[in-house]
Amino acid sequence: MKVLAEKHKLATRWFHWINFPILMAMIFSGLLIYWAYDPYRIGLGQVTLFHFFPSGFYAMTGVGQKLAIGMALHFALAWIFALNGLAYVIYTAVSGEWRELVPEKKSFGEALRVALHDAGFKIPLPPQGRYNAAQRITYSGIVVMGGLSLLSGLAIYKPVQLGWLTALLGGYEWARWEHFWLTMSYVGFFLIHIAQVIRAGWANFRSMVAGYDLIEESK
Amino acid sequence: MTPEQQMAQKTRRSFLALGAGAAVVTAGGYWLASEAAAAEDGIPPVLRSVLGFNERMVRSALYSNSNRAATFPASAIGKLKVNGDIGMEAAMDQTAWRLSVAGHELTLADIQSLPKVEETIDFKCVEGWSTVTQFAGARLSDFTAKFAQGSEQATYVGFQTPGKGYYVSLDMPSAMHPQTLLAYEMNGAPLTSEHGAPLRLVIPVKYGIKNIKRIGRIEYVNDRPADYWTEQGYDWFAGL
Repeated sequence: MKVLAEKHKLATRWFHWINFPILMAMIFSGLLIYWAYDPYRIGLGQVTLFHFFPSGFYAMTGVGQKLAIGMALHFALAWIFALNGLAYVIYTAVSGEWRELVPEKKSFGEALRVALHDAGFKIPLPPQGRYNAAQRITYSGIVVMGGLSLLSGLAIYKPVQLGWLTALLGGYEWARWEHFWLTMSYVGFFLIHIAQVIRAGWANFRSMVAGYDLIEESK
Repeated sequence: MTPEQQMAQKTRRSFLALGAGAAVVTAGGYWLASEAAAAEDGIPPVLRSVLGFNERMVRSALYSNSNRAATFPASAIGKLKVNGDIGMEAAMDQTAWRLSVAGHELTLADIQSLPKVEETIDFKCVEGWSTVTQFAGARLSDFTAKFAQGSEQATYVGFQTPGKGYYVSLDMPSAMHPQTLLAYEMNGAPLTSEHGAPLRLVIPVKYGIKNIKRIGRIEYVNDRPADYWTEQGYDWFAGL
């Protein structure tokens, strides 16, 4: 006999699904801003392996010449991004949900086993609660990164009034570099996240929307 | 209901809610785009309102004239690029130049009679790049006290190039910031023509777009004077 089991709390699902379009819009408006001065690359010295971004990418996405509206969008949506993130952190801390999210001592060793298992090696998965060890590390990391994005963003936004913060992050140019690479990391996270969600299947995805899953009743 | 039926009902309801949310977000995006297309400056009025809200938050909670822009040693000075010549397209006779302010027609010597202040700051363009540059000139606050006494009580300061091709306006606290200069020297030499000779504004608490070159006129007023880049869609406050 199957029974309903709650997998994700309503609040968690709201925070997640609000964050998704907001983060997309922040990345998009960030790109409109980045276009105006796009110095970052992967390379060393004279050798550039990849420049962010090639002109073909700008032409394809049509993000050029939109700095003014990019800034207006970014500095408006940042409020929703920040408040939603802050509400999530407070909720997770107060509700005790953090116990299932924050990595434990054993998580770091276990995460390697999860990663190897997911990569196709025949290694048994360690027992897990709501989140496995790799998820604990990744999902906690992404929250910390969200906080760092907010701080590095503020450091670029008001480098005089928040000069202490800008200095703490290594100065104006470093803060912009950090803000950019945090964003690239979200894109990397997003691609892996989508791949994992597809692999995990329908019931897992449904539980992030409906909150529940049907499981075999335990004896 | 069986657990299967309950699951089906929860799935139906929650996916409908998610779909409705997606529809609202999509409609919001289209609405913003249409508002942007209809606006003269390309910025939807709702976003202008948020920029205004941000300005009020920053001015009440963060801004202080004791918050100074970081200063740098001379060894950090870079090559400041010339990013525009709006309002300076035509050549100008430097000897005939005068600065109009409060009924005066001032010469450069009048401005140089004020205490000379040097500062090496990171000049920040709204595009995102920045260059450490040294400027020297008179504090706008000293200038105002001498040539437009009492004008500190006004709400705004407006600046124009001689032909009115470029114009900016500032809030009074930023204008009276001790690092805000009417500069006539850059990197130890007299200001060059393309960097705004004979006199330009240097205001490290604002983006470069506010640092007007070749100033021809300054006015202290209570109604906000026009601002070139605000008309092109940029945030009026543009504070750092």
